[in-house]
Amino acid sequence: MAIIELTDVHKTFMKAREAVEVLMGIDLGVDEGDFVALMGPSGSGKTTLLNIIGGLDGATAGEVVVADANLDELSNRELARWRAATIGFVFQFYNLLPVLNAQRNVELPLLLTKLSGEQRRRNAQTALSIVGLNDRARHRPGELSGGQQQRVAIARAIVADPPILVCDEPTGDLDRENAEEILDLLQILNRDHGKTVIMVTHDPKAADHAKRVLHLDKGKLVREMAA
Amino acid sequence: MFAQILEITLMNLKNLPSRLGSSSVVVVGIGGVVGVMVAILAMAAGFQGTLDGGGAPDRAIVLRGGSDNELSSGVSTDEVNVVSGMEGVVLASPELYMVADVPKRSTGTDANLIVRGVTGDAFAMRDEIQIVEGRNLEPGRGELIAGRGAHIEFAGIDIGNKVQLRQTEWTIVGIFEADGSAYESELWVDLPVLQSAFRFTGASSIRLRVDSPERIDELAEKIKGDPRLDLELTGETEYFAGQAGGLTDTIRIFGYTVATIMAIGAVFAALNTMYTAVVTRTVEIATLRALGFGRLPVVVSVMIESMALALLGGVIGALVAYVGFNGYTVSTLSNVSFSQIAFDFAVTPELLRDGLIWALGLGAIGGLLPAVRAALLPITVALRGE
Repeated sequence: MAIIELTDVHKTFMKAREAVEVLMGIDLGVDEGDFVALMGPSGSGKTTLLNIIGGLDGATAGEVVVADANLDELSNRELARWRAATIGFVFQFYNLLPVLNAQRNVELPLLLTKLSGEQRRRNAQTALSIVGLNDRARHRPGELSGGQQQRVAIARAIVADPPILVCDEPTGDLDRENAEEILDLLQILNRDHGKTVIMVTHDPKAADHAKRVLHLDKGKLVREMAA
Repeated sequence: MFAQILEITLMNLKNLPSRLGSSSVVVVGIGGVVGVMVAILAMAAGFQGTLDGGGAPDRAIVLRGGSDNELSSGVSTDEVNVVSGMEGVVLASPELYMVADVPKRSTGTDANLIVRGVTGDAFAMRDEIQIVEGRNLEPGRGELIAGRGAHIEFAGIDIGNKVQLRQTEWTIVGIFEADGSAYESELWVDLPVLQSAFRFTGASSIRLRVDSPERIDELAEKIKGDPRLDLELTGETEYFAGQAGGLTDTIRIFGYTVATIMAIGAVFAALNTMYTAVVTRTVEIATLRALGFGRLPVVVSVMIESMALALLGGVIGALVAYVGFNGYTVSTLSNVSFSQIAFDFAVTPELLRDGLIWALGLGAIGGLLPAVRAALLPITVALRGE
């Protein structure tokens, strides 16, 4: 059953008063529990497509239905609530808040829920234990390695139990060893926890961890490979 | 919503140590505005308080008809006798009001100092007069006592010194206080001795203590209607309020004008600081919004930070004004009596409150635009740190 369904999606940006079409008629279906890698050269539209799926940006034309919600029909406030409940984001540079420790960073999405403080703490500890960082809960991002920071970011992404993880170059800032650990973790979350994972990557080895690999070029899906 | 605002605000405030330099611009700028404003308004409050402090509801002053101050007034001995005998008058104190040139301590230049000739009734009706150094003057002798303000502001007004007034030498025998009222800016001498020295008969005014405050209007009507008298009676509180002669309002307008001009600069400083604060946290704010945090908590939290910095500045400014100026004694020329009135700056709780309200207002204005910018920037653009 498709959890993500894009139909004839176009995206146009204005640059120096000139319209630049970044996505040109994307049709894409992603089933629940799938692990999809989006590959392609710089400027091919990978991140734009990811942002549209994650509800961070809107399509200029076409229909975007994710987790039964037609994103074009949601107001900004509704979209924010939808993101909080549906999408877990993993960014290339982790995007942790430097003044908060790992536990508090992971708790952030739960502030948007009605959970009590105690329940938030317990859930955050569970998420940190899933990524193997229970013992680093009191550490601030600056006191953690890149791989550990990305694992904290993944704990933050899963703490509210969203069905979809949207990952933008999650290993782009890591060495091979840490990258492998992160990719293994994403695989576990996909396989054992049923998360649907959409991952943008330049790295073919990272893409190998996905079930499907989609290639974009100049705003179009040019081919698809099963991993 | 509250949890979101709290979390983002805490994040912002915890970030402050990394932005001490730019944040201190807001604190210092707004602290300066509040400090200057409170100090100037404390001058107005102190001046008004000094004038108001001389008034009592059961006391009145009688002046020549048409006069609005004692310097331009004259009352004959007969008139004093008529008024003293009126029903409801408990005490009547004829007083002669003269002006002498005495050099100021601060500048050495001559300024007008009030010399008031009084009788024993002047002390009897003014409970606030307290001899705080030396002793009271003795009737019939060339002795004077000086108000605390006159002692502080004028050169040579010290116990044991002699003062030359119109070819007569007077010995200062005491210093008095009068609850901080304008009397403290005066020299008091025995009335008959002063009349003799200045070759003056009669008095400038009559101070009355009446049996009840309600009697004042009745006596005013009676004096106005008495064909033997060309006098006017005014309640003392009302009289002193008029003695400010608009000076208090002038000081207040000056204070608010200076504060407004400084505030414009402080608002720009706050705007600049908060824009910088928002720009340095663009990615963090965008991340929170990507996670589902709303725009309103972002706006509110940025404004809270701005207002917190402004409040800190306001508290510092108000404290500096309080420590530096509260009770500081100065004197100014009354444009009604043309004499120096010494008064203390009064940094009142109301002024401190107003200063902090100004600080919060400036912080809110300075934080609003950066807050709106942070909230409206597209998430995808902000995530790139642009």
